[in-house]
Parts: sequence; structure tokens; C-alpha cells
Amino acid sequence: MPDTDTIADLALEVRSKNAGPFWVTMEVFLRDAEGYDRVAFLDAAVVARLYGVDPAAVQVFRLPALNVVKISFPRPVPQGGLRDRDIHAGQHHVPLALLPVPD
Amino acid sequence: MTEVRVLTPTGMLGAGFPPETVTRGLELGADVIAVDGGSTDSGPYYLGSGTAKTAAGAVAQDLLLLLRAAATAGIPLIIGSCGTSGTDSGVDWVAGLVRGILAEEGLDLRVATIYSEQRAADLPLDRIQPLAPASELDAATLHSCTHIVGMMGHEPIVAALEAGADVVLAGRATDTAVAAAFPLMKRLPAGPVWHAAKIVECGGQCTTNPRAGGVLATIDTDGFTIEPLDPDNSCTPVSVAAHMLYETVNPFSMREPAGTIVVSEATYEALDERRVRVEGSRFEPAAQHTIKLEGARISGYETMSFTAIRDPHILGQIDTWAALLRKMIGEWVARTLGLGDGDYEIDLRLYGYDAVLDGIEPDRRPPKEVGAMLLVRAADQPTATAVAKVANPLMLHLPTPDMNYLPSLAFATSPAETERGPAYEFVLNHAVDVDSPTALFRIHLPEATDA
Repeated sequence: MPDTDTIADLALEVRSKNAGPFWVTMEVFLRDAEGYDRVAFLDAAVVARLYGVDPAAVQVFRLPALNVVKISFPRPVPQGGLRDRDIHAGQHHVPLALLPVPD
Repeated sequence: MTEVRVLTPTGMLGAGFPPETVTRGLELGADVIAVDGGSTDSGPYYLGSGTAKTAAGAVAQDLLLLLRAAATAGIPLIIGSCGTSGTDSGVDWVAGLVRGILAEEGLDLRVATIYSEQRAADLPLDRIQPLAPASELDAATLHSCTHIVGMMGHEPIVAALEAGADVVLAGRATDTAVAAAFPLMKRLPAGPVWHAAKIVECGGQCTTNPRAGGVLATIDTDGFTIEPLDPDNSCTPVSVAAHMLYETVNPFSMREPAGTIVVSEATYEALDERRVRVEGSRFEPAAQHTIKLEGARISGYETMSFTAIRDPHILGQIDTWAALLRKMIGEWVARTLGLGDGDYEIDLRLYGYDAVLDGIEPDRRPPKEVGAMLLVRAADQPTATAVAKVANPLMLHLPTPDMNYLPSLAFATSPAETERGPAYEFVLNHAVDVDSPTALFRIHLPEATDA
């Protein structure tokens, strides 16, 4: 039996970045429409659990023309504060990328 | 004009670009050169301290090429968010570099500067609204800022151009206003102009090879065409559309001071292998003109200490070791310095284990090597450093509870402690209603003697 696919396995690129000092935004660029359909489970509740944030503050945008799912939520830690370990929020896509995709 | 060609050589002044990117842009008939000089992306330090992220030499190198190009082609050069954060000191810093180059090169260009720094006392608290996820602003927070800037739209830049400036050095401006100003002045429609401005703002980021120089956007009455300036690079419908996602919360709409860019119905069509045509973008004017405010203040003073662990025994129980270190630092600091909770804060980061993701790290296998960074913040530098110094013997010799000897860990530097000076935090995420789009900005036009 093959291992379960992660989101990264279905994607050309998964990335994260600040969207201004108070938001983080992430994009999943899926390889194809099939992969895009398989990540339909990605919603505010899944993202909130993964990142420990309030689901009400999570915004999920779907762009089928690009096979992209985009996720934005307020930065849990203020940018540049004592506890900010990722000033550009450029490495925070990793938990999303490693998330197993349900069959 | 029925067509305006905007040349953006790079996403940030000082980041560098191949000289050919400008040569090619001029050959293609560029009408204006627009480049962003800043961003909040590197954190609150630059606004808080009023200093630039970029090196003067690197900024001067870019300026030299751009000023020569502007003079050769007789087209305006617009630079926004000068000096990273767009403080008055940032504008003056870039203006100083520009003046030096103009004198050295014998170039006769009229330079306008636009200042966007705001005094807390001048801002009307009752006309300031929070932007999500901020809350209502109070006067104490506003007055605690070391620097406050307003983000200008295109209007002050247009005013400077109309007054005859060849070079406009703007303080804090929206990334898009810099590229939108000239085509809007030429009366091209707002929808295509603002969308094009968003696409070009990061230079080559909207191409398939972002490291290959800048881009040229040709804006007309129905839309715009975007192409990379390196003949071997390409824009594709996907690379262009995807750039609307970059560093934006919402990929379909973006607020500017004068209204909202709406691209949900935009179409992206490949004209050939390297040029893309975009149509269907809209700009919805806002009932109330607003200026976004950015402000930063000192959050304390920091001292950093960094040691490293390679001993597999400690690494096998790194969480236990880290918890013990935190507990013992608290006890030793209380005993030796008489300081407790509230007098200082620490952040212990285990690089190589979970430093970057902390509580959301999905992989907690024992690491091969760990760098333990201790960051101490206190109300003053001596206190922060004293705490780090008290922690020093622990960061050198702390064993795990099951070890019956003292290990010696690997400090990275001598001294182990580095004083980081003041640390800053962004505290404003608010917008102020204004009656005029230029009211908050001071435009210094070229003096007659410059002409």
C-alpha cells in the first residue's frame, strides 16, 4: 500500500508569507484539477486546528482556474515581537504542506 | 496618451538588477520608471528606528542606472517608500544619494520629495478606524510610536509630476501607487492601471524566472499587456495571475486610499510565449478617502545569547532540558538580581528542533544538533544583559536530570551575549479618514534654481 499523500505531494509549490505585519497568507499551487479537487477538505476548521488559531478569522479562497487554494489568517504572533521566530512568515507553510490528504 | 508603458526594474530599490533590464525597457519605449523603495516585510525595526534595510552602496548603484536612464530618455523616475519604511529620514537619505549622483554625473533633473511622516498630536483620533484584526486606537498607543507614517496613494506623486518634477522621491506609499501615478495622470482608466501596478510592483516576481530582471507593463484604455525585460524570460497567464496572490490577504480585491481594486473578473490571455494580456479589472472608488497609518514603538531592549548542543544524550530529551533551563533561569535571576515575572521576558528557541514552528511543529524526532538561542527582553538594556549573563553558566553547563556530571555546551561566540538594542513592535493597523488625498503629505517641489 502506498503511503498517504500529503498536500505537498499534490502540489507544485506550497508557500507562506506575511500579508502586511498583521496577517499571514499561504498558497497551495496544485499540480492539476484532480489534486485541486482532492484538497476540497481544506477549510477554515482544518486550518484553525493545524495552526492553533480562531476558525472565525481564517479566510479560504479557491481559484480553480489556477488550481490554487489560498489561506489567510491573522498572525498568531506579532511580526518582529519577542516570540516571532519567522519574521517574514516564510516557513509557516510546512505544517500545511505535510498535512495528509484523505483518500 | 492612449497608452503608457511603465518600467519596473526590480521589486525593491537596492536589490539590484541587470543593467540590460533598463536598456531594454527604454528600447521598448518606457514612459516612466517606477520602483518601490520599501516594505514592512522585514519587521518593525526599520520604521521604529527610521533606518533603512538596504545598504547605501547598493541603493546608489541602482539609482545611478535609473537616473541615467531617466535623463537619457527624458522620462520621470518615481521611487516610493524611500529608505524602507518611508520615514522623513528615509526620504532624506535617498535624496542625499540622488543629489550626489546628479552632481557627479552632471545630470540636470528636477527632484521632488514627498514626506509622509505624521505627528501623533496632529492625527484626529475620532477619524481613525481599526483595520482587521486591530482594535480601537487609544491616544496613549498613538503617542507611544517613535515614527508614524501615512501611506499615500497616487495623488501626491501626481501633484509633484504635474509641478514639473523629473524625479519623485516619496515617503511611505502603497506599493501600487508608485506605478499607478503616471498612467493615472495621463488619464488612463483606473481599473487597468491599478491592476497593472499591482502586477509590476515586485518587478520580475510575476514572471517564470523572478531573478532575471524587471518587467514592462503597457497600459491602454481596455487593459494592459505585461512582458519581462529579459528576452529569455516569460510571463504566462499563470505567473501573472498568481502574482495577485503574493503577500495579499484577499486575491480578488485590494484596498487603496481612493478605492478598491477588483480583479475577480479579470482575464489573462497569452499573446505569445512571453507576453500576457489582462482585461476586465475594475476599480471601485470609495465614498470616503482613507489613509492607512503605520506606526512602531519600542517594546523593550533585547540581549541574545546562543549556545549549541551536539551530545546525543541531551538531544534525546531536549524538551526536558529546555524546561529545566527555563525553570532554573527564573530561579537564578530571582535569587541573584531580585527580578521576577513582569521585570523581564525570555524566549528560548531550539534551532534544529522546533524553533521555527514552535508549538505547531509536526516532527518531534530527536535532532542531531541544536542551537539554543536565548532572547531576553527587559525595559532597559542593562537588565536584559544581566539576565542573559546570569543564564550564561546554565547555557554552558546545564545537564539533564539523569546526568551525574556537568556537560560543557558549545557557545557560538565570545562574549556569548549580544546586545540587540531597542526592539520595536508595530502598533498601528488603522486608517484615517481624510478630506483631501494630499492633506497628510508635504510635497517639496524642485526649486527654480534646480531647473
